[in-house]
Amino acid sequence: MGSHYEAPIRTPLVTGNKSYHDVSVDVARPVEGRANKHWWIVFSISLAAFLWGVGCIIYTISTGIGTWGLNKTVGWSWDITNFVWWVGIGHAGTLISAVLLLFRQKWRMGINRSAEAMTIFAVVQAGLFPLIHMGRPWLGYWVLPIPNQFGSLWVNFNSPLLWDVFAISTYLSVSLVFWWTGLLPDFAMLRDRAVKPFQKKIYSLVSFGWSGRAKDWQRFEEVSLVLAGLATPLVLSVHTIVSFDFATSIIPGWHTTIFPPYFVAGAVFSGFAMVNTLLIIMRKVCNFEDYITMQHIELMNLVIMITGSIVGVAYITELFMAWYSGVEYEQYAFLNRATGPYAWAYWSMMTCNVFSPQFMWIKKLRRSILFSFIISIVVNIGMWFERFVIIVTSLHRDYLPSSWTMFSPTFVDIGIFIGTIGFFFVLFLLYARTFPVIAQAEIKSILKSSGDKYKKTSESHE
Amino acid sequence: MASNKKYWKSVEELDTNSVVETLQQSEFVEEIPVGDFLGDKETLEDSSTTRRDFLKYVGFSTAAASLAACEGPVIKSIPYVVQPEQIRPGVADYYATTIANGFDFASVLVKTREGRPIKIEPNKLASSNGGTTARVQASVLSLYDNMRLKQPVANNEFVYWSDLDKAVTGKLAELNTSGKEVVLLTQTFASPSTTRLISEFKAKYSNVRHVVYDAISESAALDAFQEKYGERGLADYNLENADLIVSVGADFLGDWQGGGYEGSYAKGRVPKDGKMSRHVQFESNMSLSGANADLRVSLTPSEQKVALAKLYGYVTGSSVGGKLPKAVEAAVKKIAAELKKAGSRAVVLTGIQDKGAQTVCLAINEALASKAFNTATPVKLRQGSDAAMNQLVADVKSGKIGAVIMSGVNPVYTLADGEAFGEALKKIELTVSFTEREDETSGYVKYLGAAPHYLESWGDVEFKKGHYSLIQPTIKPLFDTRQFQDSLLKWMGSDDSYYTYIKSTWSTGFLGGSSWNKALHDGVLVAPVVAVEAQEGDAVAAEEAPIANVGATVAKLAKATAKGMELSLYVKTGMGDGQMANNPWLQEFPDPLTRATWDNYLTMSQVDADRLGLSLAQSTFFTEARHDANGGLNGTYANITVNGVTLKVPVMIQPGQAVGSVGMAFGYGRKLGLKTEMQTGVSAYKLYANADTTQDIKIEVTEGIHEFACLQLHNTLMGRGDIVKDTTLEVFNTTDAKHWNPKPMVSKDHKMIPASDPGADLWTSFDRSIGHHFNLSIDLNSCTGCGACVVACHAENNVPVVGKSEVRRSRDMHWLRIDRYYSSQDSFIDDVEKKDNIAGLGSSLSEFAELENPAANPQVVFQPVMCQHCNHASCETVCPVAATSHGRQGQNQMAYNRCVGTRYCANNCAYKVRRFNWFLYNDNDEFDFNMNDDLGKMVLNPDVVVRSRGVMEKCSMCIQMTQKTILDAKREGRPIKDGEFQTACSNACETGAMKFGDINDHDSEVFRMKNDNRAYHLLEHIGTEPNVVYQTKVRNSNEA
Repeated sequence: MGSHYEAPIRTPLVTGNKSYHDVSVDVARPVEGRANKHWWIVFSISLAAFLWGVGCIIYTISTGIGTWGLNKTVGWSWDITNFVWWVGIGHAGTLISAVLLLFRQKWRMGINRSAEAMTIFAVVQAGLFPLIHMGRPWLGYWVLPIPNQFGSLWVNFNSPLLWDVFAISTYLSVSLVFWWTGLLPDFAMLRDRAVKPFQKKIYSLVSFGWSGRAKDWQRFEEVSLVLAGLATPLVLSVHTIVSFDFATSIIPGWHTTIFPPYFVAGAVFSGFAMVNTLLIIMRKVCNFEDYITMQHIELMNLVIMITGSIVGVAYITELFMAWYSGVEYEQYAFLNRATGPYAWAYWSMMTCNVFSPQFMWIKKLRRSILFSFIISIVVNIGMWFERFVIIVTSLHRDYLPSSWTMFSPTFVDIGIFIGTIGFFFVLFLLYARTFPVIAQAEIKSILKSSGDKYKKTSESHE
Repeated sequence: MASNKKYWKSVEELDTNSVVETLQQSEFVEEIPVGDFLGDKETLEDSSTTRRDFLKYVGFSTAAASLAACEGPVIKSIPYVVQPEQIRPGVADYYATTIANGFDFASVLVKTREGRPIKIEPNKLASSNGGTTARVQASVLSLYDNMRLKQPVANNEFVYWSDLDKAVTGKLAELNTSGKEVVLLTQTFASPSTTRLISEFKAKYSNVRHVVYDAISESAALDAFQEKYGERGLADYNLENADLIVSVGADFLGDWQGGGYEGSYAKGRVPKDGKMSRHVQFESNMSLSGANADLRVSLTPSEQKVALAKLYGYVTGSSVGGKLPKAVEAAVKKIAAELKKAGSRAVVLTGIQDKGAQTVCLAINEALASKAFNTATPVKLRQGSDAAMNQLVADVKSGKIGAVIMSGVNPVYTLADGEAFGEALKKIELTVSFTEREDETSGYVKYLGAAPHYLESWGDVEFKKGHYSLIQPTIKPLFDTRQFQDSLLKWMGSDDSYYTYIKSTWSTGFLGGSSWNKALHDGVLVAPVVAVEAQEGDAVAAEEAPIANVGATVAKLAKATAKGMELSLYVKTGMGDGQMANNPWLQEFPDPLTRATWDNYLTMSQVDADRLGLSLAQSTFFTEARHDANGGLNGTYANITVNGVTLKVPVMIQPGQAVGSVGMAFGYGRKLGLKTEMQTGVSAYKLYANADTTQDIKIEVTEGIHEFACLQLHNTLMGRGDIVKDTTLEVFNTTDAKHWNPKPMVSKDHKMIPASDPGADLWTSFDRSIGHHFNLSIDLNSCTGCGACVVACHAENNVPVVGKSEVRRSRDMHWLRIDRYYSSQDSFIDDVEKKDNIAGLGSSLSEFAELENPAANPQVVFQPVMCQHCNHASCETVCPVAATSHGRQGQNQMAYNRCVGTRYCANNCAYKVRRFNWFLYNDNDEFDFNMNDDLGKMVLNPDVVVRSRGVMEKCSMCIQMTQKTILDAKREGRPIKDGEFQTACSNACETGAMKFGDINDHDSEVFRMKNDNRAYHLLEHIGTEPNVVYQTKVRNSNEA
């Protein structure tokens, strides 16, 4: 697709003198090879964390939400914080694969597969929370508008929580389809290379009989474009709807019209940070430095810097609006946020989200692997605090001072959060060992225009 | 005789050879063609059912059968074998009776369902003591207490009553001949029949002494009254007749002199025709009365004496010495001038436990010729005599006594040196204690008479002279119990039951011409006062000499000084004298002022706490001092020493506590006969030497941090004047409502319109003019914060008790709470002004922080908050499964079955009234209160579902009660009268602060209240349009 010529001054997107065959070999290597010790160590830790989380979830469901630190005033805390955080992380994938596809940003090709995988795994974590935060999760299916015999009870379409159900499930299904579609030629490549019959069987099943005919490719391109078109509004809608949980409420600090764009920017911000975290490790472990180049990291850092600044503007706008509104409850909510008992959380958020990405203005820093990695972690900590600040500091001191109280997490709150991180990494590590983690078919499509080998060749011809 | 009758069902059967007989012989009417089927090989092979199919069917049926066997738990229910005539299942019966446990006296209505008493309600026919306090409301739960004594005990073994009777009568006869004294040590019964019975008992056994003992003594007031008016009783006050009420240390809205004054107080407190009474309180501890006062002067107990003496001096025009702090002196002088001006429309009350002070107080009221002061019908609710008790303790210790028979008292717990008394009791030949449950005293006596709960007993009470009330059982005794009076009758050799005995007392005495059945139905009777009545308890010579000269007494009072810190022992609204300590509703009842549950503590001013090093610093992110990370309040411990007794008690900072004084509540620190969870606090009785509530105290810091469980952690209103609207009588009388009750306005199309205007609203409203539309009006002027409604709501709605650690985590389940706010400045009006004047960031940072701290002697306001039943409810829109939605009659309803527990509704509730079931609170031994055993569950209201874990619950506006009213009226084919609609809270409210009714009935009281110019909605600017309406609080700052 696209043009087959790229200016030689543009940084090549594939380095290392790669030929088509090299790409296949490189991408197939982690799948065909054996896991090393590091993989097993990280996998064991993740699995342990995951099992710990499962234990905490079982304890919660069997005993009650009382095992968490919530109370009569603060009815949501880590549960919804984690939910929004994971949904936010799940944003980068679709943005990279759909929006950047429409904008024909070719650098997305090195990272989109893993970004999408991350999206799906993050949305799985996110989806867990609305379910387990319910007092009676075994009745969770009641939030679905299914025909029923409860006296034909219907769901409440006014409730943003219901919109969440639709938004998240739509997002998950579209992302999954989009991801899998992209995987088809790559699975087929693995199938064709596989020597063990079992592997061959599996990869031929998951590649849905991809044959590599021109018609296959044509349909593949069409579907990708259509799905990209479908997924693009979802990038905006999902977090917009998540933000409605708060924006449509009447609680000072929640009731804010700025939330939809602010949440979307925040989501892209945290999603890119998570992609950076994962890929910086992955390119090293799987020797993908030639596909996920410094150029990729720098571009992502730029996105982080811009979205971080947007988030910063949103924070300041909130403060301004609180003052400008003249509503005393609104004013106090923000005063309390910045100077009250949870000021530490607010300033952690400010430091991590607003100040730290500003370092990315410096070229040397944004091209530093270590620094990028640190910032990506810092940003995700900051974004977790953002949700915590919004949820807890708004609730813990709302209208009637008589109800004001504090929130403190229990080991179960923490355990479930750690468990989802474990679960996420378990999924991601399994993915890294069994899936083509780089969209090799797409990489091959730009190899001639953006690969350094061909760039050099064309240069020498000039 | 063998019968050869033959029974038959039809003529065919009668006929011996009929077809009927043939049919009876064969199991199946037609022969089953088994042989044909199995014999025919061809058919068998043709069958499409293969062996595998057969096995599938077998497997399926087995699985289906076993699945079908997995049904819910089997619930055993036993139907009536004989249907009682009066009891209709599902329909409640009400009986009038009276609680008289020696501390709480009230004429009540008992609601029974299927023979079970489940709720206590006030008896509105009663002319006196017809109100129910929180404790009276909770008393029904004590009936179903598994820790109750279930049969009599002799020497720590369960025995039969007959054995006990034999032992006791034998011993009594023995003592009668030996001449050793038999002492009846009882609570105040205030019962004409018991008084008569005891006098007859005395006639039977010649050596009997009757000592009346009140755990919390009013002896000083009784002695003073008796000396002045020749009758043992307490002056009666009708506060409705007073324009100026001056109280010196009398918590008359609490349990002062038996209580029961809030009704008449509240009548004068609602501004009417520009007038309301003025209430001035001089006190040390912050009490309910002080919290309601227009002017509260905080001063130490010894200064109270001086102040009272000075008041006397100013009122009578005599000069009185004594020294008071300048501000107090000025206040006393000013108030004295007001008293003189108000004259007979003023009244002075005092709670100082000193005969002299009480005499002076009576003299002041005499001098004022107060119209609120009545000595003709003295109150009988306290009869105990310190002198008689002291004499008894001495006699028991010296071994002079042959027998002590106790009823309704627990002296080992309530006497300061109770254990010494207990040891002495051990040496007495015969000791019997009638008690409902094992207590501190029971370990020291030989026999325990298992006493019934008052809902299982007969009795009568004379609240005040001529005002009688009956106690009748509302349930057959649950255990093998027998009341004290029945036992006395038995021991006298009488075959009468106490019931017939009461009947004879009444019919020969004051019943006069009226009918016994009517008196029993009404529960109360007012009879003409005849003469001085027989005194309850034997007369003893007073320890102090009679007061001949008031002047000398005044001079003595004026010289009162303190040696150091002074301790003022007080009665807590929830716990009273401590006899109901095993009642989880009361343990979890938040103190109206500190809002602490499950605890007592030393109340101390911030100044003293700072001085003594007992104050904890504010918590920060890095340190947890005053509050834990979950918000829970912490306190330091102090070692306090009074008369050589040292106790380790937690310290609670109490705004309004007079500097130089500390307070501590009775009723806690009990261990025996209590479930582990209820064994809370420290016993203040240990410090109650000489039955004096004021003691000199030494306080030292000691190590440890105490964890309090408070329902409210933030004490001030932060200048949010629209939550509690508050004004002064002067402003109220002279200005338009928009000044003191401004309606929130919003701008629409550049025009200001009220926030409640339909134009400011996105909602499409239903037509609410048809049918009923319920509203609840809460008058902040007449709400005293007593909390009766809180417990009434618990009882009516099966609200679970969650225990101390859960309350500390802010997880109380109260559907109705009474928010208590302290002002941060001198008044709430100043708070609002301070907030409004905040300008700029620096000023907001410092001044909002200042507004978080209450003033040293703050104004107080109580605001009952329950679900506001918003017409435009924010909770209803956010529930994903529509579990909460709006009722046709204005209620915001909660369908528990539908709730999946997202808690979104609670988060989006501006009033934070929704309560989540964090755990399973019933049938769960982790919550060992009353909902985990069969007996305790008998108190549950069958009309209200018990919620399971994981669902949200909240106030329903007692929809079960309003529906009942509607259905009753419908069946009787009549319109509903105003006042017929009630909720548990409005029904329990003695002061009439809560009015409930139908606003579509334009003649109703609540319609009038809703449109009153004092009416406002809580947080009206949000536009939720609540169905609960508040009435602006007006304080009488005018000098009378």
